Amino acid sequence: MSTAITLQESQAHAGAHAAHAHHHEPFITKYIFSQDHKMISKQFVITGIIWAIIGGFFSVVFRLQLGFPESTFPWLEDIFGHWAAGGKLHPEFYYALVTMHGTVLVFFVLTAGLSGTFANFLIPLQIGARDMASPMLNMLSYWFFFLASVIMLSSLFVQTGPASGGWTVYPPLSALGEASEGSKTGMDLWLISMATFIISSLLGGLNYITTILNMRTKGMSMTRMPLTIWGLFFTAVLGVLAFPVLFSGVILLIFDRNLGTSFFLSDIVVAGKILPNEGGSAILFQHLFWFLGHPEVYIILLPAMGIASEIISVNSRKPIFGYMAMVGSLFAICILAFLVWAHHMFVTGMNPFAGAVFVLLTLLIAVPSSIKVFNWLTTLWRGNIRFTPAMLFAIGFVSLFISGGLTGIYLGNSSLDIHLHDTYFNIAHFHLVMGVASFFGMFAGLYHWFPKMFGRYMNNTLAYVHFWITLVGAYLIFWPMHYEGLAGMPRRYYDFANWESFKMFGGLNEFISVVAIIVFITQLLFVVNFFYSMFKGRKVTSTNPWGATTLEWTTPINPGHGNWEGEIPEVHRWPYDYSKDGRDYIPQTEAVGENESVH
Amino acid sequence: MSLVAMEQRNKIHPHKFTLWVGIGSILMMFAGLTSAYIVKRSQVGWESFNLPVVFWYSTGVILLSSLSIWMAQKAFKARLMLRYRTLMAVTFFLGVLFIVLQVIGFVQMFDLGHSLKSNVSYSFLWIIVGLHAAHVLGGIIVLLVMMLKAFGNKVRNYSIVPVELTSTYWHFVDALWIYLFLFLLMIK
Repeated sequence: MSTAITLQESQAHAGAHAAHAHHHEPFITKYIFSQDHKMISKQFVITGIIWAIIGGFFSVVFRLQLGFPESTFPWLEDIFGHWAAGGKLHPEFYYALVTMHGTVLVFFVLTAGLSGTFANFLIPLQIGARDMASPMLNMLSYWFFFLASVIMLSSLFVQTGPASGGWTVYPPLSALGEASEGSKTGMDLWLISMATFIISSLLGGLNYITTILNMRTKGMSMTRMPLTIWGLFFTAVLGVLAFPVLFSGVILLIFDRNLGTSFFLSDIVVAGKILPNEGGSAILFQHLFWFLGHPEVYIILLPAMGIASEIISVNSRKPIFGYMAMVGSLFAICILAFLVWAHHMFVTGMNPFAGAVFVLLTLLIAVPSSIKVFNWLTTLWRGNIRFTPAMLFAIGFVSLFISGGLTGIYLGNSSLDIHLHDTYFNIAHFHLVMGVASFFGMFAGLYHWFPKMFGRYMNNTLAYVHFWITLVGAYLIFWPMHYEGLAGMPRRYYDFANWESFKMFGGLNEFISVVAIIVFITQLLFVVNFFYSMFKGRKVTSTNPWGATTLEWTTPINPGHGNWEGEIPEVHRWPYDYSKDGRDYIPQTEAVGENESVH
Repeated sequence: MSLVAMEQRNKIHPHKFTLWVGIGSILMMFAGLTSAYIVKRSQVGWESFNLPVVFWYSTGVILLSSLSIWMAQKAFKARLMLRYRTLMAVTFFLGVLFIVLQVIGFVQMFDLGHSLKSNVSYSFLWIIVGLHAAHVLGGIIVLLVMMLKAFGNKVRNYSIVPVELTSTYWHFVDALWIYLFLFLLMIK
């Protein structure tokens, strides 16, 4: 097909599209089985929000137990029935809540909710494509996620409760139905849901990679892509290479549970009964799990990094500092992500030499991470900063990433990790560095691109309240946990009252729980703001409300399927020409002037 | 989807590229399994095994099917539609034969007492070969659809892309089998 014909056809098609936009599209193809990347992105974000409320609520419930172990809460019985008989959480259900909180937040909210939303929304809009490489696969990706969600949700309602072996589902607890209540049907549903989720994630990832590499508009070379796209690109690469390995682990676990194999089981006695399983190794599962598990951390973090880079540059009215260093450090993190999984396993009795190698590789991640932090700070330095809600959340992201990242240096050392492993120090570390930090990236992105998504603004006052309480709250919740962890307080325990050494933390635990409840209620403020603004928010009146250079702001305020009404614009420059040659910003679509210096 | 293809300028077709990334992803799953296999092999309780002879025949069959789909693709390019559809049918039947031979191999192993549960080594063998067969079955379904299209009279779409996609995937499951077969032969 010659280029001339291609262009002609594409214009004809674009024309047809513009005309098409005025036609009435049936509800089912417009909102439900939509193949428009923008609608799919909205489906992801709304499903993600629902999951975040559920997962967040679970944490409030188990924090009640941790903060007030002596008290009873009769309303819990109304919600959870026999799992909270007399208003007191059942220990088995406590474990189920911890497990579900982790699973839901890590996979359904911060993987699907974050990547699914922003990769779908931003990739075609920012690289100049009418849609994804395969809109059909894209639609399937959402519906597999939906199916995984339904299966996981249904596990909450089975007789024996949902999975309760921790979000890492280590065997033998996860492999033997007789091990605990949560190891029964709930665990089966967890595995099926996760297998479905992996398929969703792979279909999404394939599409993101292909779209970024193949569908960029004219002039959009790789080095002219916004950093959001780079972040999402490396995220997709990590997902496509790491998730299949977890998939193989999940398959082996399903066989161990249901078909009598012994991949992960050996020499086990349950309630006085010797099991026939021989020759398996539980550690093998940990290798398979963490080969995904560690890249997963970056699957959660890299999109937030990209979003923060973009928003910080736009709202500092300054070019991002060290664009190539930013891309290079993303790449370095991506490579190192695959080489450090065993730092989650320092206490499994591994060869100390292997441990030392993993310590070295783990600490190396500090280098690209620091490069990114310094570049964000230098971008802010002497910038003409606009403190929009999105900007505050982006800066909050940087703050949390630094605070949480520093403790990574402690945990990356095997000698220290052996003491800190599975304590609240670890909980504090990963919640700050990837949990809350990525949430901040997600909030930043939603506040920033909301006008593009829905053609309306979110309410700023509510957003500022949301930001300050969440930022202060996050530190108040997780900072004290470092001290508890250093004192050896282990994670996943139902009640610490019987330990003399942890009794002194009773007051602190109560404090953390109260703050957690306040922060959770504040998140509902965001949810109200989100849905209210979707229908009643102030309308957007200009196509480029933030004065940004990137392509998504060259589309109509409410773009139809196909994004641009006419031809897709051509790109002539990188996306960070802010405050250049006496101008506030120069869009990517503007040709380079005769005497202009090119980045 | 056509709208997507039209925006292309002398680049690899996005669907082909997607397939290649997908192949990379499937490879990672088998890499995970074979690495787990290697780790497990060095531990106690591992029993070495002999592959059923019939797996040699199935290897021959899948190699032949790769040849026939390659010829089918050549015929399609030359617009020799009659030849194309015959060769697609041949590939399809060779694919089915491959699966039948794998099943025979499993039945033979089972009869010798080497069931899924007998030892970790056999558990791995069953799962690795079984998962590969599942991927071949996926290919067979695609082949069936392509063959029905070729035999149907209504279709006048002469795009080479679906043919190339099918053939790339088919060569991949062939190459994957060769890798797994050699792996299981040499490291047991």
